[in-house]
Amino acid sequence: MSHTATATTAANDPDSSGARHRDPLFTTASGGRKTKDLIAKVVMWAAFLLALSPLVWILWQVISFGGQNLMQSEWWTHSMRGITTRREGGGAYHAIMGTLLQGLVTGLISVPIGVFTAIYLVEYGRGRLARAVSFMVDILTGVPSIVAALFIYALWVTTFGWNRVGVAVSLSLVLLMIPTIVRSTEEMLKLVPNELREASLALGVPKWKTIASVVLPTAFSGIVTGVLLGLARVMGETAPLLILGPYTKNINFDLFSGNMATLPTMINDERQYLALPAAHDRVWAAALTLILLILLLNLAGRLIGRAGAVKA
Amino acid sequence: MSVTGVPVDLEPPSGQEPTEVPRGPGRLGDRLFGGSATLAGTIVIALVTLVGVFLLAQAIPAIAKDQVNFLWSREWNVDSEPLRFGVRDLLWATVVTSIIAMLLAVPVGVAVALFITEYAPRWLARPAAQLVDLLAAVPSIVYGLWGVATFTPFVGPLQNWLGSTLGWIPLFAPKYQSSLFVVGIVLAIMILPIVTALSREVFSQTPRTHKEAALALGATKWEMIRTAVLPYGQPGVISAAMLALGRALGETIAVTMILSALAPGSPWSWSLFNGGATFASLIANNAAEFDSPEKTGAYIAAGLVLFVLTFVVNAIARIVIERRKAFTE
Amino acid sequence: MAKRIDVENLSIFYGSFKAVEDVSMTIEPRSVTAFIGSSGCGKSTVLRTLNRMHEVVPGGRVEGKVLLDGTDLYGSSVDPVGVRRTVGMVFQRPNPFPTMTIYENVAAGLRLNGVKNKKRLDETVERSLRGANLWNEVKDRLDKPGAGLSGGQQQRLCIARAIAVEPQVLLMDEPCSALDPISTLAVEDLITELKPKYTIVIVTHNMQQAARVSDRTAFFNLSAQGKPGNLIEIDDTTKIFNNPTEKATEDYISGRFG
Repeated sequence: MSHTATATTAANDPDSSGARHRDPLFTTASGGRKTKDLIAKVVMWAAFLLALSPLVWILWQVISFGGQNLMQSEWWTHSMRGITTRREGGGAYHAIMGTLLQGLVTGLISVPIGVFTAIYLVEYGRGRLARAVSFMVDILTGVPSIVAALFIYALWVTTFGWNRVGVAVSLSLVLLMIPTIVRSTEEMLKLVPNELREASLALGVPKWKTIASVVLPTAFSGIVTGVLLGLARVMGETAPLLILGPYTKNINFDLFSGNMATLPTMINDERQYLALPAAHDRVWAAALTLILLILLLNLAGRLIGRAGAVKA
Repeated sequence: MSVTGVPVDLEPPSGQEPTEVPRGPGRLGDRLFGGSATLAGTIVIALVTLVGVFLLAQAIPAIAKDQVNFLWSREWNVDSEPLRFGVRDLLWATVVTSIIAMLLAVPVGVAVALFITEYAPRWLARPAAQLVDLLAAVPSIVYGLWGVATFTPFVGPLQNWLGSTLGWIPLFAPKYQSSLFVVGIVLAIMILPIVTALSREVFSQTPRTHKEAALALGATKWEMIRTAVLPYGQPGVISAAMLALGRALGETIAVTMILSALAPGSPWSWSLFNGGATFASLIANNAAEFDSPEKTGAYIAAGLVLFVLTFVVNAIARIVIERRKAFTE
Repeated sequence: MAKRIDVENLSIFYGSFKAVEDVSMTIEPRSVTAFIGSSGCGKSTVLRTLNRMHEVVPGGRVEGKVLLDGTDLYGSSVDPVGVRRTVGMVFQRPNPFPTMTIYENVAAGLRLNGVKNKKRLDETVERSLRGANLWNEVKDRLDKPGAGLSGGQQQRLCIARAIAVEPQVLLMDEPCSALDPISTLAVEDLITELKPKYTIVIVTHNMQQAARVSDRTAFFNLSAQGKPGNLIEIDDTTKIFNNPTEKATEDYISGRFG
């Protein structure tokens, strides 16, 4: 393949020799080819800088508008109860706790299902059922978050007639999180060398203990990384919250009754008043808080992943 | 515990003492553990089936009551009987914004991936990759916020200029600031890290021998990339683009925040600078008003179309990946 | 305590592919039996049927009988897990558990089978490591990861791990193929020391090794590519190497050894 490509370029340039050394002993690549090479290099650098610009831009904006509020202890300890949009002050405590609580419940439900599904696919699954499970996981991967939310709405509100509460949000996030956990855990389990399974089985250890005591510990850090990255993703989701998690300015830790605030809905609520300075700063502060939370989870996931990789 | 049970079709051991083969606690544990694993897999199947069944059960009655063609009508009136709703405008807005996003994100994303794998100096490659990954860590509501507050006004002059110089082309007819065009660009930024991350992975797997073969023939770096890296990575790039497209089609909050809604009965326009609503943004915008089953059903029907759309796109991505696997193995 | 193994009309399959056909032989207790033969002739496959590890491979199944002191390992009421506790195995590449320390690696077989008594575990670990000629090298760093040892030490650790569960039979699948000559020598010495207590079966590609360590040697061969492997003959090692009955054995030995 490389042959033909070089040949065609050479045909376009009569004096091209194909050698790219600077050494005078060899003829250098022709001007046209060198120019193309240079252009490509410039384009790649430009693309990278272009891709970075929105990141820098957004981060700069979020930090410069929202950073101030985060410096105040009130931000981390108070809710928005009694704070009108015009007034300064108030905090994101209610929203931070809501996001964390819903994320926690989402994790508690989806981790066992996701990890065991991956164990099924890697260690047990053969034939038809395994293919069906794998296919369904693929479908779940592609479900847009708004559709997952609609499903829980159809089930929770329309069918059972229950209220829109925190746990309903968590359930819709579970739908989004299961496939990421299954796929990342599957990947990690596949990385565990078969020799270890055989070594354990050959010691007369039953299969389930082999999986629980040899395979899972070996893959543990990788699995945790997958879970944390998955959590980071669903915690930033807004669509299910719009449908299932109405905002409140008050603190509510009850997942089963009442409205529960979250960082995305706090942003969504206050953004109507972006023109007012106090609300403006709070919106960006909430955005910064959410980004920090997600970054923290990402960072923790990566660090754990790297620490585990060295050990294995 | 001695083993006495010998398969019936085989003769019993003649006169020898049976060996003691201990039977551990494995049996029950194995059944419980394996059972849990199978159960989890079955839950996943049940879950997806349930999603499909519930959505269909809610959507079908609403579509049955629909007075206009569900797929072809531009109307969306579900507030009063008789229901008149169709998804043509939604389909247009969804597909157009996603195509704009793809046209921008795929070339830039691939170039960034090449930059990281081939061009960046060693010290920069890793941090560069992590920085681009950071783009994926920004939640979509923050993109929406930035899009509304900062980016839309920023692109305004560009839109105006395009509208005034190319306005005679229907695609560029001047309309609004908060347009499909702006949404497309913001979506492009959001899906860029997906394209880059997956392309980077396939590019870095290009066999050394392919690359060295090209270089040994006297190819320049760019020629080496064109002859060795790009052909090898092509299927991976296609599937990355498809996965990113799936993401763009379903993106909700950023689109909801940026795109200006059209008044009911607005005339059809091909313009990229028009407003509108995508499937996801329409549903999100009306989330507070799901009061009657028919009305909810209409939105769920729209959600189903979106689901089918993303499913097809993801399926194409998977097929490309599978083909590639079969090819390399 | 070592057991005698009788293999009767054993055929081994991967799915529908017959890998080994109709093997019958007797493996004596308290002796070392070597399996030799060219690659792909099924000697490792036969070895893996002796502790029912073959069926771990998807589609793996056998026909025929493997009798351990008269009991068929493939009897319908026999638990493969129990079989593997009685018939231990050492693999081609050292495979200590990466998440476990040296101590935990040796104790793994007992612990995972529910032994919690600290004293018993301590005793077993020391006895097994001494048995594997590794005790003096690692006694001061039992709490270090097993993966930190050298290749030869890792393989002896795996042998210690295998004998810690007190098997009757020890199967070794090319245990020295990933080791340097000095480590190989250490493992071979160990095999000779273990002989009085165990029935040892070793698969090896190394003729000299078979000649050095084994009492009996079985020669396997393929009649043709894609055909199942067969047992050509099994006899005393000296006889196989000096005066084999079968022509095929002689050709193989002289080609590789002469």
